[in-house]
Amino acid sequence: MAQATAASEKESRASRRFEKIQAIVEQYGAAESALIPILQKVQEEYRYLPEEILTFVATALNLPPATVYGVATFYAQFSLEPKGKYIVRVCDGTACHVRKNQTLISTVKEWLGLKEGQSTTEDMRYTLEIVSCIGACALAPAVVINGKVHGQMTPEKVTKALEELEAAEKAEDK
Amino acid sequence: MTPVTKLSSPQELAEVKQKTLSALETGCTRVLVCGGTGCMANGAPAVMEALQKALDERNVPVRVDLVDDSKEGTVRLGYSGCPGFCQVGPIVRILPSDYFYIKVTPEDAAEIVEKTVQKGEVVDRLLFTDNDGKTYAKRNELPFYRDQVNVVLADSGIIEPGDIRDYIAKDGYKAIAEALFGMTSEAVIAEVTQSGLRGRGGGGFPTGVKWGFTQRVQSPKKYVVCNADEGDPGAFMDESIMEGNPHALLEGMVIAGYAIGADEGYIYVRAEYPLAITRLRTAIAQAEAANLLGDNILGSPFSFHIHIKEGAGAFVCGEETALISSIEGKRGMPRPKPPFPANSGLWGKPTVVNNVETFANVPKIILNGAEWFRSFGVEKSTGTKVFALTGAVVNTGLIEVPMGTTLGDVVFKIGGGIRTGKGFKAVQIGGPSGGCLTTEHIDLPLDYDSLKAAGAMVGSGGLVVMDEDTCMVEVARYFMQFTQKESCGKCVLCREGTKQMLALLEKIVGGEGTLEDIELLEELAVAVRDGSLCGLGKTAPNPVLSTLKYFRDEYLAHVVDKKCPAGECKAFKGYRIIEEKCKGCSLCARKCPVGAISGEPKQPYTIDQETCIKCGVCFDVCRFGAVEK
Repeated sequence: MAQATAASEKESRASRRFEKIQAIVEQYGAAESALIPILQKVQEEYRYLPEEILTFVATALNLPPATVYGVATFYAQFSLEPKGKYIVRVCDGTACHVRKNQTLISTVKEWLGLKEGQSTTEDMRYTLEIVSCIGACALAPAVVINGKVHGQMTPEKVTKALEELEAAEKAEDK
Repeated sequence: MTPVTKLSSPQELAEVKQKTLSALETGCTRVLVCGGTGCMANGAPAVMEALQKALDERNVPVRVDLVDDSKEGTVRLGYSGCPGFCQVGPIVRILPSDYFYIKVTPEDAAEIVEKTVQKGEVVDRLLFTDNDGKTYAKRNELPFYRDQVNVVLADSGIIEPGDIRDYIAKDGYKAIAEALFGMTSEAVIAEVTQSGLRGRGGGGFPTGVKWGFTQRVQSPKKYVVCNADEGDPGAFMDESIMEGNPHALLEGMVIAGYAIGADEGYIYVRAEYPLAITRLRTAIAQAEAANLLGDNILGSPFSFHIHIKEGAGAFVCGEETALISSIEGKRGMPRPKPPFPANSGLWGKPTVVNNVETFANVPKIILNGAEWFRSFGVEKSTGTKVFALTGAVVNTGLIEVPMGTTLGDVVFKIGGGIRTGKGFKAVQIGGPSGGCLTTEHIDLPLDYDSLKAAGAMVGSGGLVVMDEDTCMVEVARYFMQFTQKESCGKCVLCREGTKQMLALLEKIVGGEGTLEDIELLEELAVAVRDGSLCGLGKTAPNPVLSTLKYFRDEYLAHVVDKKCPAGECKAFKGYRIIEEKCKGCSLCARKCPVGAISGEPKQPYTIDQETCIKCGVCFDVCRFGAVEK
């Protein structure tokens, strides 16, 4: 009995989830040309593209799942892995590179305790992204923390910004 | 609130212009805070808030609506687009006096209001000061601007991009009225062709010719596409135009639509430019409300609609056929040409694809004529070009100069020379598709053909200046890593070739390179160039080829002498103990994490280079300065 309840609860949770996706599909229209905006919206919602949602979108748009998967893996913006709550983007455009952004990358990695090849912290709080040019070249080197651009960064400044974010997060937890 | 409602004739447009002008000219002081990405990041919103507060506290009547009928408000506070000199942001400009305040903080707000707004005096400490201590009060006097010629950026930084009337007051949308009511589509194309305008996105193809091809194709449906996927790392001029003067882009696209017979347009813009996207959306909504976009523009039979498509992070989408695939919702992979988009583009329909800056030039050409446009620049490269000047120069930001301005003028006159006090070494122009220019090119005119002859290209206009501390092999590696990552994988030579080239470059900067590697690198470069379908692969070897051409000795130093002349490559950094200074205290040996240092107490110690991991602990702990890098 308890098992059945749990199962139906899971089912209803899943259907609620798909309802949301259905609404997104309706908003953009079920045409192939809407695929990228739909995936962008889904990712905004979930911070990544869960596999079952990709299949659902494929069915809704009447596309082979392989096509949807192909698009999802082609563009750098899409992630098939869950991302952290906060995104730390270190710009690796030419101007930032020439103004030694490498030390910023290693500082952030060290501060977040990321191992080689790892980009999201184990507690799912932070994801480090190294992106090509955000267009703030005159402020190089730049780091975008949580959507806010920080210019002319130094290892000290980036550490301070991260510490402030962490403090705010802790305050929120309480 | 919609600032302008449905205009049904060119006369009504002219009336809006007159009304706006007279409202702004009647004793209205304008305080413009730069609202570009750079200044916004640098604290412009806080400055804006502080200025508002300072005005309120002093009961200065602020004009809430830009065009205030009652003319009560005497001060107008608003966000402008980017004036270009991003490095000294946040910038505040006062009109009509044109005082140009730099690095403004919220604490400066009260003084700006009291002195400048209320008394018309200048606040000296907020002015730009050069190295000799000379201050400059007005924008056009600044060394950074003095030698620039602004056509595309002329209104950016003076108008508020958030209010269509400010653009209309500067003769905005007048070119649409002139084209729709006074010119045939052929006449528009002829004017653009005669102006000599060439694609500003890098290719340099004559815009009018491209439009002519598309116009001649018979089809009930055609498209105009704006390539705003400014992917070159180090370039942000298109971003700045979209943020600072979005209506100029829209107007250019409408004119293109009229010229080729299209009724729909798409702007494909990078998702990394959220502010540009917001400003464009606002601009489109205002233009639609004003009947300058949509059905029966200004009461004419011509209709044109514009949609925004956000990119999803793929550099290759800057290539036109890949961009078209991406708008269609597919993987952004290029296809062979022909057929060219002029014949078969978006959804198989005839399509014109142009870059942001190209479109932004069009209204000016229609208004002032082809001859006027040709008065800027040189014979085969007419008009001006916006460059993003960054890197090791004193003044960084966006600049606009006539085509054919020399490299030296850009780096030393406008850029103010090298900021580190070191020597000028090179300029990387055109991003990952471009090449480098060196001291021997100081007098080289920057135009399409001269640059091509020198093995570089205008590209989208990124100009990254490098000083003596920059290793050119590492620069080549950086760009190769970028193109390798961004290769879409369609062509084997681009996909695998760039990977192998990157491996070779990594080997060289890692200190493991051989002379054969350099030869192989050159061989591969030619193969990748010849064996790739689109511009990405065809130009990917350029940074390698051009650094090999001008800095071959640096490559040789890496592989033969095992040295990095610029001192940048980590693999060649080594630590050595200076015998004369070493007291034999053994501290470094005890601290060395890998036991690479040995010796007898009270005798000079030595570092075993084989074991050393170059962590630098010995250098840090030595109290006698006996360890050198």
